[in-house]
Amino acid sequence: MLSVTEHKDINFSSDLVKQFDDIVTRYPEGKQKAGLLPILHLVQAEYGWVSPEAMDKVAAYLNIQPIEVYEVATFYTMFFLRPQGKFVLEVCRTGPCCLVGAEKIMTHIEKSLGVKEGEVTSDGKFSWRGVECLAACGMAPVLQIGPEYTFYEKLTEQSVDQLIEDLKNKI
Amino acid sequence: MARKLLLEHINVPGINTFDVYRQNGGYRSVEKALKTMSPDAIVEEVKTSGLRGRGGAGFPTGMKWSFLAKPEGKERYLVCNADESEPGTFKDRYLMTYIPHLLIEGMIVSSFALGAKTSYIYVRGEMMPQIRILERAIAEAKNAGFLGKNILGSGYDLELYVQPGGGAYICGEETALIESLEGKRGNPRIKPPFPAISGVWACPTVVNNVETIAAVVPIINDGGEEYAKIGIGRSTGTKLISASGNLNKPGVYEIDLGVPVEEFLYSDEYCGGIANGKRLKAVVAGGSSVPILPANLILKTVNNEARLMSYESLSDGGFQSGSMLGSGGLIAFDEDQCIVRNTWNFARFYHHESCGQCSPCREGTGWMEKVLHRLEYGHGKMSDIDLLVDVAKKIEGNTICPLGDAAAWPVASAIRHFRDEFEWHVTNPKEAMERNYGLAKYADPLPKLEEVSQ
Ligand SMILES: Cc1cc2nc3c(=O)[nH]c(=O)nc-3n(C[C@H](O)[C@H](O)[C@H](O)COP(=O)(O)O)c2cc1C
Ligand code: SF4
Ligand code: FES
Repeated sequence: MLSVTEHKDINFSSDLVKQFDDIVTRYPEGKQKAGLLPILHLVQAEYGWVSPEAMDKVAAYLNIQPIEVYEVATFYTMFFLRPQGKFVLEVCRTGPCCLVGAEKIMTHIEKSLGVKEGEVTSDGKFSWRGVECLAACGMAPVLQIGPEYTFYEKLTEQSVDQLIEDLKNKI
Repeated sequence: MARKLLLEHINVPGINTFDVYRQNGGYRSVEKALKTMSPDAIVEEVKTSGLRGRGGAGFPTGMKWSFLAKPEGKERYLVCNADESEPGTFKDRYLMTYIPHLLIEGMIVSSFALGAKTSYIYVRGEMMPQIRILERAIAEAKNAGFLGKNILGSGYDLELYVQPGGGAYICGEETALIESLEGKRGNPRIKPPFPAISGVWACPTVVNNVETIAAVVPIINDGGEEYAKIGIGRSTGTKLISASGNLNKPGVYEIDLGVPVEEFLYSDEYCGGIANGKRLKAVVAGGSSVPILPANLILKTVNNEARLMSYESLSDGGFQSGSMLGSGGLIAFDEDQCIVRNTWNFARFYHHESCGQCSPCREGTGWMEKVLHRLEYGHGKMSDIDLLVDVAKKIEGNTICPLGDAAAWPVASAIRHFRDEFEWHVTNPKEAMERNYGLAKYADPLPKLEEVSQ
């Protein structure tokens, strides 16, 4: 389901559009649709999620149908279709990480933040979710935080508490 | 200690920069290839090396390259598969993080060999830091004249771009990756046509794993024959193994193919044994998709021969008593791990990652997850175990892409080797919620032949 949250009057900044322009030069003439994923990443980095309005604008930019953007945005797990906390803690929940305590880390995060998976804290700062293997199983348990996907390895309950504390103090 | 080919300079400070990489012999293979070799000669050299695809399937790289169609007036593409999403696998991330220029160097030589003028490295979107690293490395290489127009005065032009994915395991499958690169959902294509005939934008395309491309560098520097001297039988060269789970020293290791599994798991040079003084219960040798083996069968084959880290030895015994080298993602389970819980976790993963095109995969993975969930949580019936085997059989071989098989094998092999643990979950549901089954008969001695084949 696409989000019903409205995101009116969205206008891509000229700086953002310049980045789009750079991306589409990577593909042969007429194949600019290939820029869709990189462009959606840029949009999400800018707004924190990809709204239906933003997707429509991307479709217009790439000269493709809006449905071509929706079907892609809904297929890939990295794109948020509704607003999230400012920091989204994405914890790996796949087998190898679970062998060394990922489930305990997720329970701890749920308790520390006081919200369930997918929900946002009341101050709007945090949300969290389980994600699949992040190709870092030797450093397990691990979590990442977008939009630059900073990586935190060998998590313990203490290191998670410290991380949340540090993020609280960020603007 | 074995000679390292890919990771030789990994600990040199600053090796991630062009200058230090170059001072340590980097980009020699580009000079050699572009100035002294023809594209066909490079393909021949790779054939001679015996290099097999490091992405999981182990298909001979030289042969794959020679299948590339070369119709007049059509572009050809090389796409590097840096999607690395197979649970247990993290070698490509390591290589791209610490020695990115090795991949760039391999991409230049390989693109030249295939006649590609534009090449892409498709990196899973979560690896944003690695994307930045590669973009910087590409800019440095271009600055130094190793990319762009008329490279080293050879007349050969190459542009190299990094393309991010969006978070989908299926995009590691080469035709799904191609769809994704074109800006679409990652739905695998029906083959034929194979990418070698019709890949990106219907042009002939080769898709190769990061490690495969990197291995081309030492093959060109030292010659395919030298490379083929390393390893054992048809498993030539070195291989990066990502070791995870309950090990003293999990991490990425470059081994000569053919190292005994026992040495890899227990010697201080590699994993240093099982963590916390525990005993080994089971191993998944090549990423979550390959069959899981109990400790006794991973250390020795049913013929009582030492099992080696090679394509042939790991698959010795077929699906009855063997496994596969796969992507080289080795996951070790200690005596406290629950096989049912892990099997459920993997089934959940495949259900989540199925693209949904084929009903056996879409529905079957969902059923397996559900049935395994009830077994793990104490609501299972004895008949559920055979139901799982039945569902796995119905998926296997009946789907567009191998994700279906990849989902079926872990379930089928877990039941084949650990059936008593599944049964115990049914007969002792309360106890199974409180404690794990333990080591049982899996450590040693070796079971008799009759016990493992059924
Ligand atoms: C479901 C699925 C996932 C895959 N994931 C990857 C992957 O993450 N990385 C990779 O290199 N190959 C992956 N492969 C294998 C690719 O389809 C392809 O065989 C490989 O990239 C070829 O490169 P190679 O010959 O160099 O190994 C996957 C295959 C399947 C069926
Ligand atoms: S086997 Fe599964 S993942 Fe592969 S094409 Fe079919 S539904 Fe999609
Ligand atoms: S299982 Fe968590 S990073 Fe691989």
